[in-house]
Amino acid sequence: MAVISDQTARGAKPRDRAGGRRRARAGGLPLLLNAVSVGLGIAVWWALALAGLKLPTPPEVVAQAITLIGNGTLGKDVLASLTRVLIGFALGTAAAVPVGFLMGWYAVVRGLVEPWIQFFRTVPPLAIIPLAIVLMGIGEAPKIFVIFLAAFLACVISTFQGVVNVDRTLINAARVLGAKDAGIFARVVVPASTPFILVGMRVGLGSAWATLVAAELIAAQQGLGFRMQNAQLYYDLPTIFVGLISIGILGLLMDRVLLLAERKLTGWQERR
Amino acid sequence: MTAKISVQSVTKTFALGKDMFTALDQVSLDIADNEFITVVGPSGCGKSTLLNILAGLEEPTSGRALVDGVPVSRPGPERGVIFQQYALFPWLTVRKNVEFGLKTAGAGKAERRERAQHFIDMVGLGEFADALPKMLSGGMRQRCAIARAYAVNPSILLMDEPFGALDALTRVKLQEQLLDTWSQEQRTVMFITHDVDEAVFLANRVIVMAARPGRIYDVVDVDLPYPRSEDFRLSPEFAALRNRVWHSVYHQDGRTAAGSGTSLPSPATARS
Repeated sequence: MAVISDQTARGAKPRDRAGGRRRARAGGLPLLLNAVSVGLGIAVWWALALAGLKLPTPPEVVAQAITLIGNGTLGKDVLASLTRVLIGFALGTAAAVPVGFLMGWYAVVRGLVEPWIQFFRTVPPLAIIPLAIVLMGIGEAPKIFVIFLAAFLACVISTFQGVVNVDRTLINAARVLGAKDAGIFARVVVPASTPFILVGMRVGLGSAWATLVAAELIAAQQGLGFRMQNAQLYYDLPTIFVGLISIGILGLLMDRVLLLAERKLTGWQERR
Repeated sequence: MTAKISVQSVTKTFALGKDMFTALDQVSLDIADNEFITVVGPSGCGKSTLLNILAGLEEPTSGRALVDGVPVSRPGPERGVIFQQYALFPWLTVRKNVEFGLKTAGAGKAERRERAQHFIDMVGLGEFADALPKMLSGGMRQRCAIARAYAVNPSILLMDEPFGALDALTRVKLQEQLLDTWSQEQRTVMFITHDVDEAVFLANRVIVMAARPGRIYDVVDVDLPYPRSEDFRLSPEFAALRNRVWHSVYHQDGRTAAGSGTSLPSPATARS
């Protein structure tokens, strides 16, 4: 298997160097290596579990996952967690993009907003949780709020950087072609900063996801973080593993979706 | 008859830290309708500043620049600008780039498409109309920029070292194409270059500038007929004029003006 895909990858190169490299990267070999790596990881885990470490074995975790899916617990937890993260992330991004644009475009806005952003950036969103719970109660609001904050802070800085980095020559080119401020903004600044916004969104999503689980560990009646916290009380290691793996897979899937959007929207970039 | 372009005692100074730097000192110049002017001079002689003032991208400190008898205060559709760095919008195809100015001018879709196609064909990019800039070579990018400037039908073309970043072969080819285009669609052209051959080959009149302070040092008429081709480039008349301009550029006031180790321009003015 390994030999065959190795040959395909090499055989593709001489035909078209740039395309060939891309094909080799997207082709079978790296995927195969990924699969081998995952298989090895599971094998090591299994070996450690059998060697007497207090770990559940992979079949135990799979069995527990089937049980949790069967009785609907996992589905409900995933739904609860995803809902929180998506609402918080959507609100955070929706607020970050206009604020980032305003900061980049108007020095006055930048001067007014920047100290607050820099300050809150140094405070981990989790540190806000006690305050949020006192002020907003123990419902959904404090959890969504800290997720919002995490996503917002990651995305706003990146958007702002994007606007500041727009090539002056492109703005001048638009001006001499008759574009006024509004036109320059919509037709030059927005597309030119899209790559930055998407990077910010990816970072924001990662940060939102990390915050979510931690928020659920502290105060929730449902969700993956809550389930793991609960399992800890009963020494239920397989459930903790199911929770961990679910969080990882969901995070990975969401990141892939954004990566796909990034490829689609910023394919015009010259990659070095 | 009033001149198409009239530069009247234009002075431009910049603050450089505590010092004042005089980019242009009392520059006056008249350019007739459909004249092809080249401006050549050492780094820091203010040639790009002069062009930016005419483009409406910079304001003179004193004096004024008139186009068709009207003082220039902002960019306008009658003045097309072509930048050395091409300044194509990387997220737009060749066609959309060429249509950009037509869209700001409010042209309808059919008209945009037709005019864009005409100028894309004129610069020989027909096959690449739907390609993104990243797929084009430097010469093709500059041809696209020329088509884009022509599409809004300016009566003046301001070209800021447009071929400066290209290799010698491509440059010679594009010079001939530019003259071809210019003879089909006559415009008043102000073309900035640091290449003496290029200056003489293209122009009706070569303006030689000197640095520190930036000023007009010499004016050389190139009273030779178009179309000009390779024969012209190899002719004794061309050689004589080139030698004259060369002398003017490189031996200003008896000292070496360009490339002298003792009078390097400060960094801020390196792109004159």
